Amino acid sequence: MLKTRIIPCLDVHDGRVVKGVNFINLVDAGDPVEQARVYDEQGADEICFLDITASSEDRDTLYNVVSQTAQQCFMPLTVGGGVRSIEDVRKLLIAGADKVSINTAAINRPELVSEASEKFGRQCIVVAIDAKHNQSDGYQIFTHGGRTSTGINAIDWAKRVVELGAGEILLTSMDRDGTGNGFDIGLTKKISESVSVPVIASGGVGNLDHMVEGIRDGMASAVLAASIFHFGKYSIAEAKKYMRNAGLNVRI
Amino acid sequence: MIVIIDYGRGNLFSLSQALKTLNKPYLVTDNPDKILSASRLFLPGVGAFGDAMDRLKDRNLIEPIHSAVENGIPLLGICVGCQILLEKSEEFGEHAGLGLIPGKTVRLPNIKHKSKSRVRIPNVGWRALSIKSHAPLLGCLNSDDWMYFVHSYAPSVKHSKNIAATTNINGLDVPVAIQSRKILGVQFHPEKSGASGLKLIANFIEEEF
Repeated sequence: MLKTRIIPCLDVHDGRVVKGVNFINLVDAGDPVEQARVYDEQGADEICFLDITASSEDRDTLYNVVSQTAQQCFMPLTVGGGVRSIEDVRKLLIAGADKVSINTAAINRPELVSEASEKFGRQCIVVAIDAKHNQSDGYQIFTHGGRTSTGINAIDWAKRVVELGAGEILLTSMDRDGTGNGFDIGLTKKISESVSVPVIASGGVGNLDHMVEGIRDGMASAVLAASIFHFGKYSIAEAKKYMRNAGLNVRI
Repeated sequence: MIVIIDYGRGNLFSLSQALKTLNKPYLVTDNPDKILSASRLFLPGVGAFGDAMDRLKDRNLIEPIHSAVENGIPLLGICVGCQILLEKSEEFGEHAGLGLIPGKTVRLPNIKHKSKSRVRIPNVGWRALSIKSHAPLLGCLNSDDWMYFVHSYAPSVKHSKNIAATTNINGLDVPVAIQSRKILGVQFHPEKSGASGLKLIANFIEEEF
């Protein structure tokens, strides 16, 4: 039986881990390689690096951090941020990433998703969707770390990228990210029901009940969280134990 | 010398790190002489079946791999490296594989209804294996040795004797470890499966064939 995944996310800026409230007011929370190693020891099912400034400031993703992490952790590593081309995907995979997450570039040029999945297999192509609720037309997607609106409907976009070859959706609620108020369950459920690939719920985890809700109510395949783990509020092991007690199937 | 076959695809980095951690000297190469004189061969793989076979052809590696296997060198194929051990695949059109084990790769069954318990494809995450009694290489694993999977296609072998382990995906017992003589293929990623995966890699290297 497939285990529910718990994925700590490290938002990386200039080679350091940061986590902001609504992507602004970044707070330094440490060395990414060291953080990844701690998570590995705690039993994380996967680690996610997002180079959060790469897209807006034209910076290459941190191949170095990726490669150093992959040297120490025998666990799956997903990397995103500033991925614009097949060459970027290839470089990250060579550096030691197992999956590469594409966000802005997929919106600018959707064919990148199909080209990348055909070349490297759809299992290693994740499309990150940053969605925000909009009174008039449901959920809209944003790019550039949540700074730029696209006017594209999030559910339509999720279906489209899966058709193009996305192997997973990393779904972040821009309304909830950094608030600690829990996932946007309505959004998560809508996207999960609209696509056949795994959906990783992200944005808003403030306690362990939120993680349970993301899987049980949001129908996500995995939950991603940042600050509750790296500021030491909970360990991965505590989260897993809690989820198991709530009846979820986790790897302990 | 242990050889990781380098054909420009596959998770060479993680596999190298795993061997380093196990203190096993190894070589990453596409040199046919080194492949033919290897003590163990690793055929890694990430990506699409057709692309992997094209790269092997480009580097003229198909003959050396066949010869090495005929000479009795144990080979472990991982993920797409496992799939291409088979005769063919239907991923992005039909492609011929190495044909070392009779069978083909097939797309994992997707369940349409909106059941919460269905497995989404690609199958991403950690799973336990049902290990067959005739699979000595996997005998080192226990029931709590979970392995990490990330794939949309899986082996479908002609003869059940070639199945070393299965895992249940959407009601189907999918062969996720296949073997024939000294050839072993694993659909999961032992190099990404923590201590359990390292145990399997060490066993493949240390086991007497």
